[in-house]
Amino acid sequence: MSRLEVFEKLQEIFADVFDDDTIELTDETNSNDIEDWDSLEQINLIVAIETEFSIKFQMGEVSKIKNVGEMADLILERI
Amino acid sequence: MINELNYPFDAEYIMAKKKKIKKTLLENTAGMVPKKIAILGGSTTNDIKLVMELFLLNYGIIPEFYESEYNRYYQDAMFENAELEKFAPDVIYIHTSNRNITTYPNLSSSKEDVEALLKAEMDKFSGMWKHLKEKYKCPIIQNNFDYPYYRLMGNKDSYDFHGHTYFVNRLNQAFTEFAADFEGLYICDLNYISADYGLKAWADPFYWYMYKYALCVPAIPYLSFNVANIIKSLFGKNKKGFVLDLDNTLWGGVIGDDGVDNIALGPEESEGQAYLEFQRYIKEHKQLGIILNVDSKNDYENAIAGLNHPDSELKPDEFIEIKANWDPKDRNFAQIASSLTLLPESLVFVDDNPAERAIVTGQLPGVCAPEIHKAEEYIGIIDRSGFFEVTNLSKDDLNRNAMYKENALRASLQASFENYEDYLLSLEMKAVIRSFEPIYMARIAQLTNKSNQFNLTTKRFTQEEIEAVAADDSYITLYGKLEDKFGDNGVVSVVIGHIQGDVCHIELWLMSCRVLKRDMEVAMMDELVKICSSKNIKTVVGHYYPTAKNHMVSEFYDNFGFVLESEDEDGNKEYSQRVADYEYKNKVIVLV
Repeated sequence: MSRLEVFEKLQEIFADVFDDDTIELTDETNSNDIEDWDSLEQINLIVAIETEFSIKFQMGEVSKIKNVGEMADLILERI
Repeated sequence: MINELNYPFDAEYIMAKKKKIKKTLLENTAGMVPKKIAILGGSTTNDIKLVMELFLLNYGIIPEFYESEYNRYYQDAMFENAELEKFAPDVIYIHTSNRNITTYPNLSSSKEDVEALLKAEMDKFSGMWKHLKEKYKCPIIQNNFDYPYYRLMGNKDSYDFHGHTYFVNRLNQAFTEFAADFEGLYICDLNYISADYGLKAWADPFYWYMYKYALCVPAIPYLSFNVANIIKSLFGKNKKGFVLDLDNTLWGGVIGDDGVDNIALGPEESEGQAYLEFQRYIKEHKQLGIILNVDSKNDYENAIAGLNHPDSELKPDEFIEIKANWDPKDRNFAQIASSLTLLPESLVFVDDNPAERAIVTGQLPGVCAPEIHKAEEYIGIIDRSGFFEVTNLSKDDLNRNAMYKENALRASLQASFENYEDYLLSLEMKAVIRSFEPIYMARIAQLTNKSNQFNLTTKRFTQEEIEAVAADDSYITLYGKLEDKFGDNGVVSVVIGHIQGDVCHIELWLMSCRVLKRDMEVAMMDELVKICSSKNIKTVVGHYYPTAKNHMVSEFYDNFGFVLESEDEDGNKEYSQRVADYEYKNKVIVLV
């Protein structure tokens, strides 16, 4: 899977989790850019990503992710 | 009703799309009832609440939530809590788990130490339940405990008194015994649902360390669904019966083609065993008062021959209605519902054929038809759907099948009379009509929650509220119990009048549809007016609030000769009747 394809899937996941089709993800998008992105929604993102890509994150990794670009890179390492 | 929320659901889909699902559910909230639910959590509850909201909306309940701060369940319950008091919950759900056990025994504990620890834990919880019941007078749903994630002593952990597994088992047993004698406490069987999900996955500590969830996030829909089932049951939204297909549902094969000797049913071979066990499972529901009916595309004779198969557990007389013909199934289904005086949506359709399920659910909105495919899966899917979640089992539930049978006998008797009053007299009806009495409080509350059709105001009450009204002198309360020569119908009618000055406002008037056209409402009205007269009340005021389901009583007060005082644009009507001018009407029921 290419990085672009990962991004496309992430785009869908974000749209579902935040119920907002207007979100446009870039490498730099982070929790400051999306109003509802708090720790309670973070878990939903993580679970949805794990399900979509059939991967499992480790605890340390999740807390280190700073933005969507890093998230995509981590996913690419796993799949 | 949203199909994605019916069991077996896709939990991951629900977690991912919950906001979208909620929007869809909120598009049409007509006829839904609002309820206030307080969630007191011993761990994170945010998504548990959000998903529970979906299931409740799907059941026709619009929840408003109070959610305690993280792990503040005990403080919120026990200490001064103005916010929760103002919220005035209709239900309290205490979401605790084995993470909330204060102190476990260790290997140096003595037997007495362990008993003391058990008692301390139990005192903490039971003290909380007593306090909540006293203060909020509403049902309490309490999780029991899931098993610990590890077993220090391996298998011995479960039978050595030092073991954590042993401790959890003992606590769960203590919860069980307490709940059996403490009205208004309902156990959410976390122990079962975690096992059902798979304990190893359920207890994945990732979610605890990261987000303080006491269960894995993908399992949340199963927990929320389980709690929503208890809540909808408390508010009278359980299903009441089955409508069952025959071929490949109650036996394997097509009886019209294969013949009665060749259907798969009975202990001889594997497929036959699956259908036999399924029949037993369905039959067991009769003990809960669930009524059974048949809706099958078959010649009637073939259907009866199949049910009379020597290995059939479900003989023809186990059913109330048997429709075996070549009419469309939705039409048969609607006729079954109507002859039982039930709404179609209170019956569950069990059919292996997806096309038939689609016709029935498409034509009769609100009817559930679980998606069953293979005989060996029927029980697992239907059982986990929570259609008949038991919260309060009244004596009437246990006798319901007999009552419907008696109704069938009455119908055949009626056919032999030309004059309806003669028929009613021939029933030798006797009624008990009195103020609410303690032994009937559960039944009365149940009736207020599940009567939809013969219900003038559709006002719902919890048992606690019913008890409060019964104890209040400014209310006239009446329950009516009807018996005739065929049997006892139990408590079938409930009336609550609120006295304001010399006027009695009828705030609740309902009757079970199983005693329609028996003049029970006439006997009830006579009694109400008599009591009003004895209390020097001058006027009785009746209200009719239309809903999607209570059209049958839209002319109720007109038929009694009440005067229509007002009607608003929504069709809400107010009537009055001077007590002095009322003509007593009951001629066919003897009061005892």
